[in-house]
Amino acid sequence: MEKTLFELSKEGRRAYSLPGEDTGPFQSIQVIPQEFLRESENGLPSLSELEVVRHYTHLSRLNFSIDSNFYPLGSCSMKYNPKMNEVAASLSGFAKVHPLQPAHLSQGILSLLYELEKLLSEISGMDRFCLQSCAGAQGEFLGMLIVRAYFDSLGQKRTQVIVPDSAHGTNPSSAHLAGFTVVSVPSDAKGHIDSEALEKVLNPDVACLMLTNPNTLGLFERDILRVAKDMHKIGALLYYDGANLNPLLGLARPGDMGFDMVHLNLHKTFSTPHGGGGPGAGPVGVKAHLAKFLPTPVIEKKEGEYFLNENLPDSVGRVRSFYGNVGILVRAYTYIKALGKEGLEKTGQAAVLNANYLFSKLKKIFETPFPGPFMHEFVVSAKPYVKHGVRALDIAKRLLDFGMHPPTVYFPLIVEEAMMIEPTETETRETLDAYADLMVQIAREAQNAPEKLHQAPTETPVRRLDEVAAAKELRLVW
Amino acid sequence: MDFVPHTPQDWNEMLREIGFSSFEDLTRQLVPKDVKRAQYEIEKGLSEYEVLQLLKSKADLNGTVESYDSFLGAGAYHHFIPSVVNALASRGEFSTSYTPYQPEASQGTLQAIFEYQTMMARLTGLDVSNASLYDGSSAVAEAALMAMRVQGSGDRILVSETVNPQYREVFKTYLTATAEAIVEIPRRGGVTDFEKLEDELKKGATAFIAQWPNFLGCLEKMEEAGKLCKRYGALFILVAYPIALGVLKSPGELGADICVGEGQSLGNVLQFGGPSFGFMTCRKEFVRKMPGRLVGMTKDLDGRRGFVLTLQAREQHIRREKATSNICTNQSLNALMGALYLCVMGPEGFKKVSLLNLKKAHDLADLMTRVPGFSLAFPEPFFNEFVIRVPMNPEELIRRMQKKKIIPGLHLKPFYPDLDDALLVCVTEMMSDQKIKHFVEKLAQEANETVEHGKNSF
Repeated sequence: MEKTLFELSKEGRRAYSLPGEDTGPFQSIQVIPQEFLRESENGLPSLSELEVVRHYTHLSRLNFSIDSNFYPLGSCSMKYNPKMNEVAASLSGFAKVHPLQPAHLSQGILSLLYELEKLLSEISGMDRFCLQSCAGAQGEFLGMLIVRAYFDSLGQKRTQVIVPDSAHGTNPSSAHLAGFTVVSVPSDAKGHIDSEALEKVLNPDVACLMLTNPNTLGLFERDILRVAKDMHKIGALLYYDGANLNPLLGLARPGDMGFDMVHLNLHKTFSTPHGGGGPGAGPVGVKAHLAKFLPTPVIEKKEGEYFLNENLPDSVGRVRSFYGNVGILVRAYTYIKALGKEGLEKTGQAAVLNANYLFSKLKKIFETPFPGPFMHEFVVSAKPYVKHGVRALDIAKRLLDFGMHPPTVYFPLIVEEAMMIEPTETETRETLDAYADLMVQIAREAQNAPEKLHQAPTETPVRRLDEVAAAKELRLVW
Repeated sequence: MDFVPHTPQDWNEMLREIGFSSFEDLTRQLVPKDVKRAQYEIEKGLSEYEVLQLLKSKADLNGTVESYDSFLGAGAYHHFIPSVVNALASRGEFSTSYTPYQPEASQGTLQAIFEYQTMMARLTGLDVSNASLYDGSSAVAEAALMAMRVQGSGDRILVSETVNPQYREVFKTYLTATAEAIVEIPRRGGVTDFEKLEDELKKGATAFIAQWPNFLGCLEKMEEAGKLCKRYGALFILVAYPIALGVLKSPGELGADICVGEGQSLGNVLQFGGPSFGFMTCRKEFVRKMPGRLVGMTKDLDGRRGFVLTLQAREQHIRREKATSNICTNQSLNALMGALYLCVMGPEGFKKVSLLNLKKAHDLADLMTRVPGFSLAFPEPFFNEFVIRVPMNPEELIRRMQKKKIIPGLHLKPFYPDLDDALLVCVTEMMSDQKIKHFVEKLAQEANETVEHGKNSF
């Protein structure tokens, strides 16, 4: 157990040194009326610099991470995050730039963002991009605002957004936040969107269908062209959730499938680190007919000079102060420029190859609700082990004992005891083999010694935690 | 280049293992043939060296806070960042981990967030903090949405015109679909018009949003605003600049129900405005209405202390469209940088950095107002930012000062048309006394030249 900062703290210790301490005496506090001055302590801990370093080094060692473990979380694209990305983003000419400085002092960064917009447009088959949204969920919300603005401009009040039951939870939540009613459609027996069920819910009140393609089962939507046609026939829009773009790299473009708009998760497909839950970036791309609704500002070029255009009368407005998670955008740009056309193609292919290879090994020990082949991820079910009292969660926890990160479990919601596995393209065949072997061993334990799985994990810094007590007692601060 | 590890032999054997002789055979089965195949018009890839040279060539085109003496603030601040912050936050175990959904494999991130939550709650003088949000602007929007959930009716939000204009824009974009009305309370001089505020509160309001110090740098009588909100049953949401809280009263002391803000000033580089993190703290009775992730302390099966994400039933992955927010991530790594910064500063260092900002800004204001034609726009006390009226076209002044490697501040006209002759000027601890003097000298020269020039032209 690592002590908290507050247990380590000892009054009088210090780790700081500040510039400008040589400046004259602090008379100026008198210019602030007493009523505005802080009376309470700020409550920060007092530690030496070495104590701070050791504390956080110790904490870091309690984490699994891509740098230290295989991490095949489905729909998360936990691929290797190249170190060159970090070097690029930390260049002083990017890291130390104030967002409000005059545009002609920011030509380097503006040109990078401008080019990134073009690259993402080319990869996704869109015409324009807004790079500002900080995450996929913010991108979805922005997308839904664009949908609203589009129908407002046509003088139509459409209220419904259709979301498949296999969709990420953010889809319905984002649509709701933008004021839409969410209509759920089921998947068919093969895991694809059920075109008959879809046809039944189509009506003039439908504004948009949000789709992930490949879907969360790792399947490319067979009827995508027909779905797009059906949506457009009733005047509705088709939204692409880019969480699963990785396998489409070099293969196919959402724009060519009939999608009107997309968001891309740069922290998935484009290798920027997940950071333990952010920062990410979720740029939104649109076809030309929606471009005028993009948030303000957009980056434009005039007479060789890049500038931020704030004058967009039809825009949905501003979605973030300044211009988004620029440091993440720099990393994604670096990655795309390094890979180039061939690298992107190979990346998409290897992601597909690795998923199918691992599936071919795991299908022998798990139930397979869908037969494959798959794109970049696949879903198996731990149902055969339920009769031994073992559930997907137990298998997940047992994997941790061997230093392997579990798959996403219990998602998508439409598969019982789901385990959703996305190995990504950066893993070696040996790692995939080792994971499969380990799964075989755990499956054997599930039959012969299920208690091992119920007890698991035992090799991690803590064992299973009491989440009920956590929610009930709610200790959120020291 | 690419990061695919397979040898040609691996590739072929793996393909064979899954029953295909070529990758094309596999994709034919996966993707219907009438779906158009991609043909990117993208250049060939670069080696690591080449790509970094390309990036460096772009980076070198940008002016930075090192190549210019910059007096810009307005929501993004150049503060000192101890080496410890990046050394630790860049550890792959922190930066390349996922959201801590498997707590046994994520105690490092979880404990770090728990400690972050504790420090942010203490700093802002409130009971609880979430694990962070995207940025200051969306944090304001999330606070308004939260207030609507707490109040359960009305959905009429008041916001002072002295709140960061970009935050107000974002907040309007966010609430466009859900709030009944957003009412801007005008300012009188540099501060909120409290009479107007009371008038609007009387009509019934869900919440009132103000900023501490406000966008124009001024310190407003927030305790009074808090009392007014209480009297009329509105929640009081305060947007705070964390560095100021070393000296200034905490939002808790001022009577705020919810405090939000931009965390960039705590250990995060400017990076052209992001990534950084938004923070949110509140009184404990509202915690179940809070958006975003929360880390709680609990015990494991053996009774050992541990940390987990808690109250997840509020979140989108469980509640879908009924969630308290659509937010899925926080800005974990940036919040970690914030936590690292705070514990390096400690109670004394944090107070000191706050005082340094206060002092240096007042030194500059004193010197500037001695230059003929320059005057403070508002009489209210300020922290490290102030509005100064200048005796020439501010755009012209900015252009001329740039030639001397100085960015004198932000022209306020685009944000407040009546302040078309004024700059918002910020000074942090990074500005040496010498640079402050140098700036004022150059300013005086410009002023002189303008006056001379003016005379000649008559």
